[in-house]
Amino acid sequence: MIFETRTVACAQAFDTLSRLKAEGYNLLVDFTALDYSAYGKRPASMGWEQNFPSGAPAPRAERFELVYRLASLDPGTGLEAKPRVEVRVPCGEGSSLLSVMSLWANADWLEREVWDMFGIKFADRPDIKRLLLYEEFVGHPLRKDYPVKKRQPLIGPKSGELAGSPSFNIVRQEIPFE
Amino acid sequence: MTRKTYFLNMGPAHPAMHGVVRLILELEGERIINTEVEIGYLHRAFEKHAETETWNNAIPYTDRLNYVSPLINNVGFCLAAEKIAGLTVPERGQYIRVIACEVSRVADHLTCIGANAMELGAFTVFLYLMEARELLYRLIDDLCGARVTTDYARIGGVKADLPAGFAEKFRAIAPQIRKLVADSEALLTKNRIFLDRVEGVGVLSREDGLAYGITGPFLRSTGIPYDVRRAHPYLVYDRLDFDIPVGSRGDNLDRYLVRLAEIEQSLRLVEQCLKAMPEGPHSLAAWDMKDAFNFQDMGKSGNTALLSRCLANTCRTLEGAGRDKAPGLLVQEPALVMPPKEETYGSIEGLMNQFERVMWSWGARIPAGEAYHAVEGGNGELGSHIVSDGSDRAYRVRCRPPCLFIMAALPKLLKGSYVADVVATFGSVNMIAGELDR
Repeated sequence: MIFETRTVACAQAFDTLSRLKAEGYNLLVDFTALDYSAYGKRPASMGWEQNFPSGAPAPRAERFELVYRLASLDPGTGLEAKPRVEVRVPCGEGSSLLSVMSLWANADWLEREVWDMFGIKFADRPDIKRLLLYEEFVGHPLRKDYPVKKRQPLIGPKSGELAGSPSFNIVRQEIPFE
Repeated sequence: MTRKTYFLNMGPAHPAMHGVVRLILELEGERIINTEVEIGYLHRAFEKHAETETWNNAIPYTDRLNYVSPLINNVGFCLAAEKIAGLTVPERGQYIRVIACEVSRVADHLTCIGANAMELGAFTVFLYLMEARELLYRLIDDLCGARVTTDYARIGGVKADLPAGFAEKFRAIAPQIRKLVADSEALLTKNRIFLDRVEGVGVLSREDGLAYGITGPFLRSTGIPYDVRRAHPYLVYDRLDFDIPVGSRGDNLDRYLVRLAEIEQSLRLVEQCLKAMPEGPHSLAAWDMKDAFNFQDMGKSGNTALLSRCLANTCRTLEGAGRDKAPGLLVQEPALVMPPKEETYGSIEGLMNQFERVMWSWGARIPAGEAYHAVEGGNGELGSHIVSDGSDRAYRVRCRPPCLFIMAALPKLLKGSYVADVVATFGSVNMIAGELDR
């Protein structure tokens, strides 16, 4: 699989992506993030003093890197007209990213997953929901500083409340019949 | 007069939701106005786990992704890891991997069609197709010793060669599978009860399919013949002859027909592979022979961790044992590939080698780099994006689950249909919670 990689600054990410979309990249194949905070720094275990016998790779300037993987699929032939593009956006903890939900519909869930797993916020999605984990979960597990064996506090109905989901069998407000 | 909408929970443990997923349906009468899909009930932190285990130890976790076609996941992970390491599997190993993938794909499609038909009332079809799947599971059991938790592919090859009599066994069961599939097709494809439930239901337009990044049989049912095996050929798929069945309307019926046609194509692929497969090694060698003095240089520059495993006996004379006195002296250097099981169980050195490969900080390393490799899974493009920092473990493993993209589009598919259609449409998604939630 051939793809070219483009690195874009955080502020220009949305413009670049919408330009690529206009150029015919109609498929957002994948969107994910990488946490480089432990890159080349992971300690060895089992009594070994060093984990990188051939030299540790250089650390990155920014903590996170977002990876947008785009393809331009020709609906007629099912082949890809142009080589795939991997857009990489290095960003720090508090950068203001824009959501690409308006360009590709599946970005909705993928951005929710990135928020869920890495805690990266999108400026125009202030009330973004977690995708895989529950709302009471503390922390973002795919960050490198999240310990593998960390336990989460138990959640459950507070005393006196009924167990059960809040949306179960609740009648919403009435919609006038046109 | 006013109109009331109300909510209905479907799942997470509903008889028609094979797998744990919760749909919150907003209904007006029996019509679905809105759907909210809640996933994550089977989240097992696959990606985090894969970062904490040595390269070869992460492969068993991939079995649990799409547990209906685990062999494809094994192969996908190994191909991505091999791409970073720059390894190419011997040709026989590539053919074996294709066979494993296609057998798995048939099992995957059989399960999907069978379960879908059962939920629509065709229990006979379910039993027929489960019988066919059972034949394949026995074949997979022969191949790798397990029916579901296969763990068959290895970085650099496969666990073992095909067992004796594999080809004959496959040739014996292929007609049986074809017969069972043909019987099921005869029961379903022109069956009015089945057609009424699936025809024109859960329609996905081409535009939505692309907007949601849907791939696999689901996208092909809308008429877009995108198949990773054709668009980005991997292994030996470019040498094999297979058709890509497509639908036209993108409804549940087309998805059923596309999967049915793909079963036949996959069986054909296995037959071709068994015919064209060359003799030779199935995996790369577990040991590389290298100039012994390279290791001496390595030790002098401070990298001594692996030296105790690279011993060479030189004949010491008064002249010394320097580089010029023993030219061409070769030493075994452990490669990334796991040693064959015969060696592990046959000698104490083999057993020690096996342990060293799977121990933290001991196991072989993949140089720093990253790779994305996609394979055609049962539900679509199954991508593995792996980042290595040169240590004994993967730095980041991202699995692109094909189900996730279909499930994201589910509200669109269900909108405006009846509650009863949820079962038919959801069944055709072939959602595998292990892959969806990782």
